[in-house]
Amino acid sequence: MVDIPAFTPVHLLTGFLGSGKTTLLKRLLADPALADTAVLINEFGEVGLDHHLVERLDDTMVLLQSGCVCCTVRGELADALRDLHSKRERGLIPAFTRVVIESTGLADPFPVLSTLRSDPVLRHHFRPGSVVATVDAVNGLSQLDTYVESTRQAAIADRLVITKTDVCAGNADLSRLLSRLAELNPDALRLIAGDDGTGADALFGDDTAQRAAKLQSPSGFYCDTPALQVTAEGVAQHTAISSFVIAVDEPIDWTGFGVWLTMLLNRHGSRVLRVKGILALAGEERPVAVHGVQHLVHPPVHLAGWPSLERSSRLVFIVDGLDVNLLKRSFNAFALAGNAEARSQPEAAAQIRNAQSP
Amino acid sequence: MCSLCGVIGGNEHWTDAAARPGVFTRNVERLDRRRERARRVAAANRVLAAFDMSLSDWQGSAFVLATRTGKSEMIEDLGHLWPAAERLSGRPCDPLDEALIARMEEAGGG
Repeated sequence: MVDIPAFTPVHLLTGFLGSGKTTLLKRLLADPALADTAVLINEFGEVGLDHHLVERLDDTMVLLQSGCVCCTVRGELADALRDLHSKRERGLIPAFTRVVIESTGLADPFPVLSTLRSDPVLRHHFRPGSVVATVDAVNGLSQLDTYVESTRQAAIADRLVITKTDVCAGNADLSRLLSRLAELNPDALRLIAGDDGTGADALFGDDTAQRAAKLQSPSGFYCDTPALQVTAEGVAQHTAISSFVIAVDEPIDWTGFGVWLTMLLNRHGSRVLRVKGILALAGEERPVAVHGVQHLVHPPVHLAGWPSLERSSRLVFIVDGLDVNLLKRSFNAFALAGNAEARSQPEAAAQIRNAQSP
Repeated sequence: MCSLCGVIGGNEHWTDAAARPGVFTRNVERLDRRRERARRVAAANRVLAAFDMSLSDWQGSAFVLATRTGKSEMIEDLGHLWPAAERLSGRPCDPLDEALIARMEEAGGG
């Protein structure tokens, strides 16, 4: 009997059409380490997976009436996961300790993560695991140039798997692709698919530890010099995606930061592809790591200690067409502890207002 | 009903997690919890003032967002704040708006 984790991680396998998702999945499922894995596929693949828990999802997107874009919930995904959970609890199916979702080649990974967080049942039993994106070594570069979906998948992924390197003509192409991916998503693990290169652990290992550990590069921080996205000739969408760092020495006011980031994501969430960072909070010894994908922010992780002597906050953004300087100014104005403390008094009267009667 | 806005029932918004007294507790240390909520209200009000709105704590379990003309709405946490604020004020609350940034900078005494 396998121990069922309190929160079952749900990993997402994405990648552009024909980039080798199903092949990768088939190879992974042959690995005994992944025997206790439930698999959801939202297009019927040709590869036989009958002996595993395969459930089919139709690719329906449900847009709830109540508001913002982050409400895009995949109804069927939620139903399928609830069903799996229910069957597992009743012992109708073998206990599984992780779920892998293979999405269609054009899907935006974000709604899946959103579903896990917003569903009242799912969020108590499942948690988002890692997002693995496959990138085709042969066609990857041109897909990144041509299809915005491909770029978004690569920018959002926690781990990038380069497939089809065996049929790739030369090493020059491969290294160009790798450096392109490094610009797009500086801190994702980049793995080469092969017979031994991409084990289950590397792809679906403990992602929380990974996420915290990834924040620290040998030089102290995981993303010291994010390359600015170079303009690709004649391709408009790439001129817009850029990554940059906000670095401040002043302590940050957590509440002010929360107000600011929720405000930013509410208005510009779909254009903030990633936000990640390590924050020095006012009145707080240990650093806090934050990690967000579009509208979704993972619960902040408290790191054990500072990676180096330097105790300054670093926040990395990968944004799609937002004004970098404006964003930096905005951050300074809203989130620095000095600014927040300086005038906490004038509005204090508002708290007293008796608000019992609407 | 979304990842930020949460859904019906207990919601743990990401801004609720920080190792400060009063942030994690639900049943003990009531004073700390109220103090933390008051800080949150004050922080939100610094920004909301620019939109002629104010936030207040409601029974330590929710917040009430109100405009000067008295339109009000109850919200659960910071995640609900901005969609509601945009609805009530009828205009976008954009942290990248130059005028708003200038206002915050000025108020910050910077």
